[in-house]
Amino acid sequence: MLSWTRAATYRAPASVANAIEKGRRFASHRVLLMLVVGLSFSTRLYKITEPPHVCWDETHFGKMGSYYINRTFFFDVHPPLGKMLIGLAGYITGYDGTFPFIKPGDKYEHHNYWGMRGFCAVLGSFLPIFAYLIVLELSQSHTAALITASLLIFDTGCISISQYILLDPILMFFIMAAVLSMVKFNQQRHRPFTAPWWLWLVLIGVNLAGALGVKFVGLFVIVLVGLNTVWDLWRLLGDLSLSLVDIAKHFLARVVGLILLPLFIYVTIFAIHFVVLNKSGPGDGFFSSAFQSRLIGNNLHNASMPEYLAYGSTITVKNLRIAGGYLHSHWHLYPEGVGARQQQVTAYLHKDYNNLWLVHRQDNNTSQSGTPDLVRHGDIIRLEHKETTRNLHSHLHEAPLTKKHFQVTGYGTNGTGDTNDLWQVEVCGGRKGDLVKVLRSKVRFLHRATGCVLYSSGKTLPKWGWEQVEVTCSPYLKETPSSQWNIEDHINPRLPNISLSVLKPHFLEILLESHIIMIRGNSGLKPKDNEMNSKPWHWPINYQGLRFSGVNETEYRVYLLGNPVIWWMNLATLGLYLIMVAVASVALQRGFSLGPKRMEHACVLMRGGGLLLLGWLLHYVPFYTMGRVLYYHHYFPAMLFNTMLTGITLDILLKSADLLLRPPYSDWLQRVGQMAFLFTVLYSFYLFHPLSYGMTGPLAHEPGSAMAGLKWMDSWEF
Amino acid sequence: MILALGAYLGGFDGNFVWNRIGAEYPSSVSVWSLRLLPALCGALCVPLVYLLTLELRFSHLSALGAALLLLLENSLIVQSRFMLLESVLIFFVLLAFFSYLRFHNTPDSSWFRYSWLLLCGASCAAAVGVKYMGVFSYLLLLGVASLHTWNLIGDQTVSVCVQCVCRFVCLLVVPVLLYVFWFYIHLSLLNRSGPHDQLMSSAFQASLQGGLSRITQGQPLEVAYGSQVTLRSSASQPIPCWLHSHKANYPIRYENGRGSSHQQQVTCYPFKDVNNWWIVKDPGSQELVVGSPPRPVRHGDVIQLVHGMTSRFLNSHDVAAPMSPHAQEVSGYINFNVSMAAQNLWRVDISNREAESEVWKTILSEVRLVHVNTSAVLKLSGVSLPDWGFRQLEVVAEKLFKGHSSSLGWTVEEHRYGISQEQKEREAELHSPTHIDVDRKISFWAKFLELQWKMLTVKQEDSEHKYSSSPLEWITMETNIAYWLHSSTNAQIHLIGNPVSWGVANLSLLAYQLLAAVYLLRRRRGFKDLPDGVWCQFVRLGCVCVGGWVVNFVPFLLMEKTLFLYHYLPALCYLYLLSPALLEHAHTHLLSNVTHRRALCVCVAAMLSSVFLSYRTFCPLTYGSPELSANQLQGLRWRDTWDILYRRR
Repeated sequence: MLSWTRAATYRAPASVANAIEKGRRFASHRVLLMLVVGLSFSTRLYKITEPPHVCWDETHFGKMGSYYINRTFFFDVHPPLGKMLIGLAGYITGYDGTFPFIKPGDKYEHHNYWGMRGFCAVLGSFLPIFAYLIVLELSQSHTAALITASLLIFDTGCISISQYILLDPILMFFIMAAVLSMVKFNQQRHRPFTAPWWLWLVLIGVNLAGALGVKFVGLFVIVLVGLNTVWDLWRLLGDLSLSLVDIAKHFLARVVGLILLPLFIYVTIFAIHFVVLNKSGPGDGFFSSAFQSRLIGNNLHNASMPEYLAYGSTITVKNLRIAGGYLHSHWHLYPEGVGARQQQVTAYLHKDYNNLWLVHRQDNNTSQSGTPDLVRHGDIIRLEHKETTRNLHSHLHEAPLTKKHFQVTGYGTNGTGDTNDLWQVEVCGGRKGDLVKVLRSKVRFLHRATGCVLYSSGKTLPKWGWEQVEVTCSPYLKETPSSQWNIEDHINPRLPNISLSVLKPHFLEILLESHIIMIRGNSGLKPKDNEMNSKPWHWPINYQGLRFSGVNETEYRVYLLGNPVIWWMNLATLGLYLIMVAVASVALQRGFSLGPKRMEHACVLMRGGGLLLLGWLLHYVPFYTMGRVLYYHHYFPAMLFNTMLTGITLDILLKSADLLLRPPYSDWLQRVGQMAFLFTVLYSFYLFHPLSYGMTGPLAHEPGSAMAGLKWMDSWEF
Repeated sequence: MILALGAYLGGFDGNFVWNRIGAEYPSSVSVWSLRLLPALCGALCVPLVYLLTLELRFSHLSALGAALLLLLENSLIVQSRFMLLESVLIFFVLLAFFSYLRFHNTPDSSWFRYSWLLLCGASCAAAVGVKYMGVFSYLLLLGVASLHTWNLIGDQTVSVCVQCVCRFVCLLVVPVLLYVFWFYIHLSLLNRSGPHDQLMSSAFQASLQGGLSRITQGQPLEVAYGSQVTLRSSASQPIPCWLHSHKANYPIRYENGRGSSHQQQVTCYPFKDVNNWWIVKDPGSQELVVGSPPRPVRHGDVIQLVHGMTSRFLNSHDVAAPMSPHAQEVSGYINFNVSMAAQNLWRVDISNREAESEVWKTILSEVRLVHVNTSAVLKLSGVSLPDWGFRQLEVVAEKLFKGHSSSLGWTVEEHRYGISQEQKEREAELHSPTHIDVDRKISFWAKFLELQWKMLTVKQEDSEHKYSSSPLEWITMETNIAYWLHSSTNAQIHLIGNPVSWGVANLSLLAYQLLAAVYLLRRRRGFKDLPDGVWCQFVRLGCVCVGGWVVNFVPFLLMEKTLFLYHYLPALCYLYLLSPALLEHAHTHLLSNVTHRRALCVCVAAMLSSVFLSYRTFCPLTYGSPELSANQLQGLRWRDTWDILYRRR
């Protein structure tokens, strides 16, 4: 592990004689910081309103921002904070939520879209500034900090991704702010429980909650902060001058600041989300019946329907597992080789007329007159699919995915089938003869012939099943939510409708439910076969970018691609860093006597660099294990860490020039190196700036293009 | 991974004739000899565990305890009695750790100790060679070794260069070399084609005797205008398929109402068939025979492809493909006079021309066929057509063409120069087998890399098996695996562990973690409960046993393939090593009171006897005899989730 404990030894001594020097450095620090701020804001806000049409994922996040303004309920795989902020920014700047955001390329016309874009760009402008401050704090070197800041300011990828209505600038803002507060907090370790100490602690907590509230990627920075905190506590524990009470205080302070506070904020975000979005919208079907009854405009809101399940009714049956879906069937058969070739029965999350089922007696004689009979616990029924007139059926074939269970199919025509279509109704916790309450009873369906129970496994069927959820018949009779169902809609014209007040769900239940649905939604984003997928190894080498806007010659094209010079330099420096750190640590371990300057360098490399390397790893490696569809822009948080590492490494490399040359020459070499670096970055930015600020005219491989000769890799599409 | 199975067995012990499982099962060899080796390894594990515990610096008694636990573990017995690889893997892993610790514990002076290190490297290579799971243990061992080396570097009293180099050679270079060597033996032994040929590329297959090379031996190398070829798709792993057409047209309207061109179907067909033959034609001439000298086709040339049996041209146009409407339909062109002109020119794009050559070569060249009019690429979509297409695989021309993608490549597999001018003769010619001579070899390294890649990427069908289980169920042994059921009686063999031992193993895992946490925190606060030597011993125990469990268990949580209970067995072995050692630690260092110690001894005795009893109880399911009645079986079903089979009589 990294030897952060040695840090204290090498801090710059601040004596009285240095006071004037310090003051001057403070002034120059101010100037440099202002320079970074100015450059950063000007590069991000330049041409912010171009192009005046919907670009790429603006179609999602802009739309979701509008939903907040319209208070319509929707469902997204990301937590709500980012979209809430976008909505808020739009609301403040006068956007009225009426633009439909249907597809990329739609013109904004008179709508006020610049507020939302500007908000994202402002947050994105903070990234170089935060990076500057972090590196300055870690390495105490203005050169390193400047290198980092210039790399980020002039990276076309960072500019493009900050300029549109996306979640990424917001996410990265919180990530970097959290890291900055963490670094500042570490710096305060010698003055525990003072005001700045508390301030930075609370700021870490707030920013962590913010990062997690925008995207689940925020978890990685939480892990980073968590590891740092564990290490810090471990250090404190080894400090025998502190009593156990002190350590307990430290521990509790961190629990409050880094666990309870973020949790509270995070929950509050969701509370606001649910309070604001109180109208029925496109996301209803994903949620349970109880949840839907909260939403104005949903058919379960102040619903009225027959209270007890009756024969002859048309019903929908919803699984009680969270995000369980409705019992569903459609005109498609199981493919060959998957059990019997009969009609598919699945669980489906959306509301659909194929979710409707008819309740019949086993002997098929429905009494035509008078009030229909009610279904009771222990009755044997037949469920007929309304649209296709097949019966819910099961038999001793293995289920398509869960091979231990039996297959469930639709069988028979016009309601005539065989004895395998009979199911026994069982109310959980009920006795023989109990009536089945709509919405409130938990019901199980036991298959008469095989004794198994109707079950939703939660596994997604392959393409032939339209990626709906598998329904099986489980021979294991344990009572789990997967085998319990409730009757949601209940239509029977011959019974009086009674207004039902469904139990309003508790807030924590809603929270849990929405999280499980989000996680399931995330893992459900599987790559499609016919799409070219981005692989994690593509990213650091800048293999392929993303088209933000425009495809062909006449259109205004923006292409998300990192400045290749900067990205390749980052990658090379990563290798260089590993070599340098290996050499330094072997030298230290072997006890070679190094000068104080080299010791300090080694320390910065191992401590500061180690932290950044850890951050890079945490934000990059997990993507290799993810099964969901991945995009190029997922690499950007990791790229920020990589760039900061580059700053530190290059700075130390240049400062070690005196290993090669004698003092006056080594200083020259250092200066020349810095100048060459700056020139390279600026020139490459000049070359590639049309990627972010827009290009028109012919594509790069054709003559007469502004980007002629710059298509260095065949996989770039501009 | 039967392929791998053959590879490994063939790899680690090439002397035995019967080890060529991958190639064929020689009928003359009796079953017992095949089962001998795993059983032998399984048996040797027991003394090895004994020795390993001793090397971890624990007493003979705990060594005995560990050996007993391993000995009485029903699942290990079952697993080693069949022709399965787990016991072999466990054996080599244990051997590696044992020899490494032996090396580490021997005093510095003797050079002899490097032979132990060498043995360690060799058994690591063998472990990895038996199953890829061995990699996890190997990495752990490397980690432990590099930690030791790191400490050694810090020790300024000794010169370290030689030592470091020795360790590096023994633990890294030797295993890699040996591993490559296994495969060398494997490939040179298995030079006949076997049941798993189809998984490999054409070039690989061609280098195996028999199999494809029986057909392809002596084909002309360079594809020329007039050549008759079969085109195999590179995308259709693991089942091969060839570009195919037949006398049936696309339906005028599909089920969903979309229209088609109603021209002749072009599909990909997974069986050898005379309809897989295509003739390469020069658009500029009418000849369908190879001229003399033959004019080879090069990268960038524009060709037409004529279907051998029906003489239709391979054609594509702006009509949506039947199953993948985003792509273009590919058809055999028929002129219906409906203003649908023939668009049958294809450009040959050899994607591996840097490695091979500009000329289109049989088997070696991977070509993409680019449609000239639309610059779409001929591609296997992977969807199978409905009944009207005889459930063959759909072939489309894809409009989106981005970068490299192996799914777009086609290789010429069978090839001959066409000589018959007339259609009738040509049909007869197509029916006859191919026959001209050319010789070709691919290098060992190419084969080696391809084999590695295939082994890592070949997946079993990722559906669930009746006896498959998820890793978290292994800890509590929720599932079993039925291996065998007598054809008429209730005698059966199941993979069921000894429940008492599993309980003990889990408990000791928990206990160790708790104990380690308490010790660590207290040491950090300056209370040294244990003398340094004992602490070292305790840490080493944790590194090897708990570490071993972790590296052999946690990766499975991330895997997406079908997993079975037997994947847990290596991890379990580490826990069996841990339990007695932990008990001894408790006995000597935690309990100072004599009565407490006695109580512990009594507990241990009770535990061992209950382990033995449960072993006895489950014996019938382990050895398959004696036969049990249904009631007895019901009694053995300790958990509801176990599937024990009853035969109804």
